[in-house]
Amino acid sequence: MESTLFGKLTVSAVPYDNPIIMGAVGFSLLAGAVVVGLITYYGKWGYLWKEWLTSVDHKKIGVMYIILALIMLLRGFADAIMMRAQQAVAEGSSQGYLPPYHYDQIFSAHGTIMIFFMAMPFLVGLMNIAVPLQIGARDVAFPFMNAISLWLTVISAALVMVSLGVGDFSHAGWTGYPPLSETQYSPGPGVDYWIWSLQLSGIGSLMTGINFFTTIMKMRAPGMTLMKMPIFTWAALVTTMLMALAFPVLTVTLGLLTLDRYLGTHFFTNGVGGNLMMFPNLFWMWGHPEVYILILPAFGVFSEVVATFSQKRLFGYRSMVYATIAIGVLSFAVWLHHFFTMGAGADVNAFFGIATMVIAVPTGVKIFNWLFTMYRGRVQFTVPIRWTLAFIVTFCIGGMSGVLMSVPPADFVLHNSEFLVAHFHNMLIPGALFGYFAGYAYWFPKAFGFRLDEKWGKRAFWAWVIGFYLAFMPLYVLGFMGMPRRLEHYDNPAWQPYLEVAAAGAAVILVGIICQAVQLIVSIRRREQTRDLSGDPWNGRTLEWSVSSPPPFYNFAQIPVVHDLDAFTDMKEKGIAYQRPAEYHDIHMPKNTSAGFVIGMFAFAFGFAMIWHIWWLALAGALGVLITLIVRSANDDTDYHVPAAEVERIENERHRLLAQAGTAARRPGEAAPQFVHQV
Amino acid sequence: MRAGNRHFGGTTLLAMAALTSLGGCANQMAVLNPMGAVGAQEKTLILAAFWVMLIVVIPVFFMTFWFAWKYRASNKAATYAPKWDYSGKIEAVVWLVPAVIVAALGVLAWKYSHELDPYRPIEPGIKPVNIEVVALDWKWLFIYPDQGIATVNRLVIPAGVPVSLRLTSDSVMNSFFIPQLGSQIYAMAGMQTRLHLLADRPGVYEGLNTQFSGAGFSGQHFEAVATSKLGFDEWIKQIEASPNRLDEAAFHKLEAPSRNNPVTYFSAVKPHLFSEIIGKYLPNGAPPAAGRGVAARIESGNSPPKKTGTT
Repeated sequence: MESTLFGKLTVSAVPYDNPIIMGAVGFSLLAGAVVVGLITYYGKWGYLWKEWLTSVDHKKIGVMYIILALIMLLRGFADAIMMRAQQAVAEGSSQGYLPPYHYDQIFSAHGTIMIFFMAMPFLVGLMNIAVPLQIGARDVAFPFMNAISLWLTVISAALVMVSLGVGDFSHAGWTGYPPLSETQYSPGPGVDYWIWSLQLSGIGSLMTGINFFTTIMKMRAPGMTLMKMPIFTWAALVTTMLMALAFPVLTVTLGLLTLDRYLGTHFFTNGVGGNLMMFPNLFWMWGHPEVYILILPAFGVFSEVVATFSQKRLFGYRSMVYATIAIGVLSFAVWLHHFFTMGAGADVNAFFGIATMVIAVPTGVKIFNWLFTMYRGRVQFTVPIRWTLAFIVTFCIGGMSGVLMSVPPADFVLHNSEFLVAHFHNMLIPGALFGYFAGYAYWFPKAFGFRLDEKWGKRAFWAWVIGFYLAFMPLYVLGFMGMPRRLEHYDNPAWQPYLEVAAAGAAVILVGIICQAVQLIVSIRRREQTRDLSGDPWNGRTLEWSVSSPPPFYNFAQIPVVHDLDAFTDMKEKGIAYQRPAEYHDIHMPKNTSAGFVIGMFAFAFGFAMIWHIWWLALAGALGVLITLIVRSANDDTDYHVPAAEVERIENERHRLLAQAGTAARRPGEAAPQFVHQV
Repeated sequence: MRAGNRHFGGTTLLAMAALTSLGGCANQMAVLNPMGAVGAQEKTLILAAFWVMLIVVIPVFFMTFWFAWKYRASNKAATYAPKWDYSGKIEAVVWLVPAVIVAALGVLAWKYSHELDPYRPIEPGIKPVNIEVVALDWKWLFIYPDQGIATVNRLVIPAGVPVSLRLTSDSVMNSFFIPQLGSQIYAMAGMQTRLHLLADRPGVYEGLNTQFSGAGFSGQHFEAVATSKLGFDEWIKQIEASPNRLDEAAFHKLEAPSRNNPVTYFSAVKPHLFSEIIGKYLPNGAPPAAGRGVAARIESGNSPPKKTGTT
């Protein structure tokens, strides 16, 4: 009876006896309680529900994605610093403070969280905020589906958080290779938490891919041909294609593993016809495009940032577009480089090695084009461009180590080592995260109407960059010393000094994160001083800067007509920016709906129930999702018209602020009135 | 821009620190201090690729700081061309130079992928020492089929003689690696992979599993001892005197998960044990049809019958 009601879930699933885990659970609960308390104290539940949780506005969904990303960054970083602390001490007779089973869950959670619940929400959040504004659209193609994507991502992250206190998380690494992840070697719920959080958020990502692909293809402003599209939107377009093509592979791969674990099939098991080699192949057929899903949007941000703050047109736009497409296509032809050591023949290994190297060509082209964008420009050393400069230098080092490992025989001695750990952090921290941070600082005033504090931003920047070098350069050396990844204990005193430096690096990065938290608080407190009245704080070049900050919910009172790649610069030069139309028209907009949030809650119940084998709840959750979808689909009252008078009222206020800011059409090279950069 | 300079200084310092430490403890840099032909070629390859890539990377470093500094907004003396966004010559260079370098590296990759293929025997003229390697939770079993002995967590090989390894796993996927001797290769249940190594000189080298395999992973390492030819024969005799025998029961005991397993010697091994370990994961014991490529190379089960020791 109990097992019918609760499945495998029992009171003993809560690790009361582990003070470290209970501390983490306590802290998470406390933080949650503080947030709930503050919302209640200020009486904001209604506001939160009406304006945010039920919103289908792409800008608000983008903000919620990024809030999720920042929270999960803290969790993922907490895992990182625990691993660094363990490895710094666990030499010889010292066992450190983490037993293997706990340490193994931490590195598995760290990878899973950073990829799926930090990087993915961050880039999708940036795309949400920027893409519709850049292409002159009023929302995405499928606003309700966008809300479902968000809530599936949120509840998947919540499942990972729940695994902290109820049961455990996977110990099989973020890649979950079978047979280690099969029931025989991982009987507990940990791998199931991993499977269902990836599976549900993966479906969200697939829908995001379809949604934004459609948005970009179908909803661009008149005159914006593909070759006049802002470069970030191009990066987003290729990213969405990768999402739509790659995520189904992940869904199927996880599905097969699910069948193995739940129904006793033998797709990847040892024996009975199972073949574990299929899993790494399938996983990385999704996984390598995924690397570019993470990196391409950041490349797009760097391109926008470097042109804006060099106050100059992007150099080699066509080259940039073709390079982005080339990277996207090639990303599907390199997956085997993740396991050259599996015993494939020399021909196969060499093919995938060379295909991997070829990606370095379009990537190199991009780097040079960013450099030549600064050439003959007027470079303003704002926080976003600092991230860009640090990225260019640091990414080259990561690129070198990547090309090294793409040579199969070199990989034979570097695979699975700390060198590999250094390499992929060296690609993803500068190549993705620095780009997201640049985008965060760049578009923050657009989303909230005031700028982030520069001083604290620069402090955070220096701490991150210095911390990064301290944390990861020693790992390259350790790789050459033959240290494998994922050790919770070792017997080689020569490794320890390097691991101590790496731990110090993690501490410096922590300082960076603290600076970012302080930056956010300081910026909010001083928001009146940094208010962006014009909507164009950086003398921007693309359409998102032509509307107010934050933009009205309908984005554009009148859909702009595009004549140039730098559409807004073109308007400013022609003196037609901020022009008011002869008359305003009604605007057709989607209504808010609670259906996205409700589907998310049912999906959470479904995921949790599947993990714990609570079949009645799983069925109820699945039915709940289905019925909510049907009910919502049968509802014809999903949109409305904003009356022209209301639009005019909002636009009058916008023009009053513009006049206050003294904004007129500016020429490139002139700093925006309220923005004085410091060199 | 003072800050920018500090950044540059920081990077240089770090790079120098890294180089110093590379030089300072070369004997600890297992991968860069190879003791065998395979490892030596891999080291040469790594260094060659590194230097070739610097042709692109050093100009990028230089241009990043130079352009950012020269075209800083406060330097009104610098040329400002806000509309300048294309140069055929620059485009040609930035596409062609990386392409040429990648082409050169591609040739290297192709050549050495074949020369250093782990399946390729070293110096086919010399008769190699055959060893069968079984990854267990969380230890390594080495079977010497020609001598009919076996060891756990200690691999002894004669220096100067090629070693021909056949590998499988009786558990999850493992990766067998002796950093100073060169290439690693996966060991997978129900399958056999191959690896050929050669130690130039006698010595004791660290060997390990690099593929995370569960709770005992961190302790899953072994000593690889390269001895003189004479020393190797001596060692065989020593093992043959050991009272332990690796029969069905002993193997059953051995395959149970254990951490930091001590070195163990067996003077006799159940015949065809290695094939049986592979065979138990095959459906009906039938070897899958050999196709081309991976399937053909990751040989299934019943390897050719060899002389094995008596129990």
